[in-house]
Amino acid sequence: MATTKTNSQLVINGLLNENPIFRLALSMCPAVGISTTVRNGLMLGIAVLFVQVCSSCTIAAIKNYIHPRIRIPTYTLTIATWVTVIDLLLSAYFPVAYKAMGIFIKLIVAFAIITMRLEVFACKNPVGKSFWDGLGMGLGFLFGMVTLGFIRELLGMGTLLGHDVLGFKPLLFFALPLAGFFCVGFMMAVFNYVEIVFNRMKKKRG
Amino acid sequence: MVSKRQRGLFYIVFILLGGLFLLQGCGEESQHRFIQKSAFKGKNDIVITFAAPVDETWAKDKSNYRVYEKPDPDIRLEISSISLSPDKRTVVLHFDEELNQNQPHVVTIKNIRSQGKNLGTAVVRVKKLYLGFLFSIFIGAMLIHNFVFTKYLGLCVFFGTSQKKSTAVGMGVTFTIVMVVSAMMSWLLYQFVLKPYHLDYLQIIVFIGLVSLSVQAVDTILRKINPMLFKAFGVYLVLVIANCIILAVPLILADNEYNAAESFMLALGAGLGFLVALFLMSSVRERLELANVPPTYRGLPIAFVVAGLFALAFLGFSGMSIF
Repeated sequence: MATTKTNSQLVINGLLNENPIFRLALSMCPAVGISTTVRNGLMLGIAVLFVQVCSSCTIAAIKNYIHPRIRIPTYTLTIATWVTVIDLLLSAYFPVAYKAMGIFIKLIVAFAIITMRLEVFACKNPVGKSFWDGLGMGLGFLFGMVTLGFIRELLGMGTLLGHDVLGFKPLLFFALPLAGFFCVGFMMAVFNYVEIVFNRMKKKRG
Repeated sequence: MVSKRQRGLFYIVFILLGGLFLLQGCGEESQHRFIQKSAFKGKNDIVITFAAPVDETWAKDKSNYRVYEKPDPDIRLEISSISLSPDKRTVVLHFDEELNQNQPHVVTIKNIRSQGKNLGTAVVRVKKLYLGFLFSIFIGAMLIHNFVFTKYLGLCVFFGTSQKKSTAVGMGVTFTIVMVVSAMMSWLLYQFVLKPYHLDYLQIIVFIGLVSLSVQAVDTILRKINPMLFKAFGVYLVLVIANCIILAVPLILADNEYNAAESFMLALGAGLGFLVALFLMSSVRERLELANVPPTYRGLPIAFVVAGLFALAFLGFSGMSIF
């Protein structure tokens, strides 16, 4: 059953309606663990975007040759292959950022969001649509990571991308790694609030 | 009258005790009779205690000591300063560089002089208590570096299965079993296949494959051996694969070059740590069901705030070292 959505709708869907971090609540580990700065969020976001798009396209291309009973292992191995590619690339070209990310790049394999998109979308749709869906989901993740990084870097260190913006440190607490829990919780609450207000307005109008 | 069963129990206890002594005995083998104790202190010091006061001029002379790590005797470690305690029985050797305390160190002490007599040369081995080291890995993985609250791994499954205590315990126990099995398998494969043939770059693919394999194996074995247990825990087996911790532990093992016993302890600690985290969280979330939470925070958001508070509490363990 192929989707009827247009390409732009697919991207918007990944960015807002089904945002991986705030709406689907998948792939939380990096969102809490390393979103301390915008740069970290950006790097991991790009890595996930790459893996998501590549594995979505791969699975969409070979979906007719996969036996349904071994589909999950196939997904996992496909993702693992692409993660190995990005892992080696990053360690070769961006050794400093790679060090900061630590084990999380390798752990992209275990991120639920990628497997879930393959299972829900890529195995039923053609390559083109899967590409846009993967792009949307990847961008949604990137958006979530950068937003969290923005809030935490600004509030915690008073800087953005390493440049001093505020000149003082408003809430040093947010620079602590564990503040990610609070940050994600608050952001989820904000998304919920927007949804509640939106529904109320709809009801009034309708 | 001792029954057969009791006798069997005695044997097991004896074997266990024997094993303990063997493990511990390595550190305490007979050394020079004049030296009572040798141990690491802090990160940069080795402390040697003598049976009687020694000469101060002799004790402060750096050329009387030779220190090296046991595996490479050619690399001598530079002593930066030596201090003697007021009763002249304890010498502290201070090093500029941090000592790698996971390796046993050998200290050769030349011509020990005490009260004008030359007592000959002694070779002393300084070693961390191995059992203690294992125990510290275990506690470290379980509490001090708890994977959920201080390394932020395995959160999807953590939030997914911590709604009820019974689910939490089921998930935790299943996870611990699979964790230990898969960690030991990946340790074997890494040490004996990947490393000798320089296939390190395949570790992600191999480890994730092994994890799925061991999940399948535990599934099959449990179904045959103990159907009751399978009924209780079978549901959680699929979820185990989606947990980052199960992949993180083999990667950490490969990075740190742990041996079999250490790997086992780390895997067990990681599994039990996850169990502890799940149990704590589920106890709070059961209460939260009854609390009056604002509608925007209902469900996951408040769970995240609670997890943040737990993480803050677990911060108290950081920097703790047991041995």
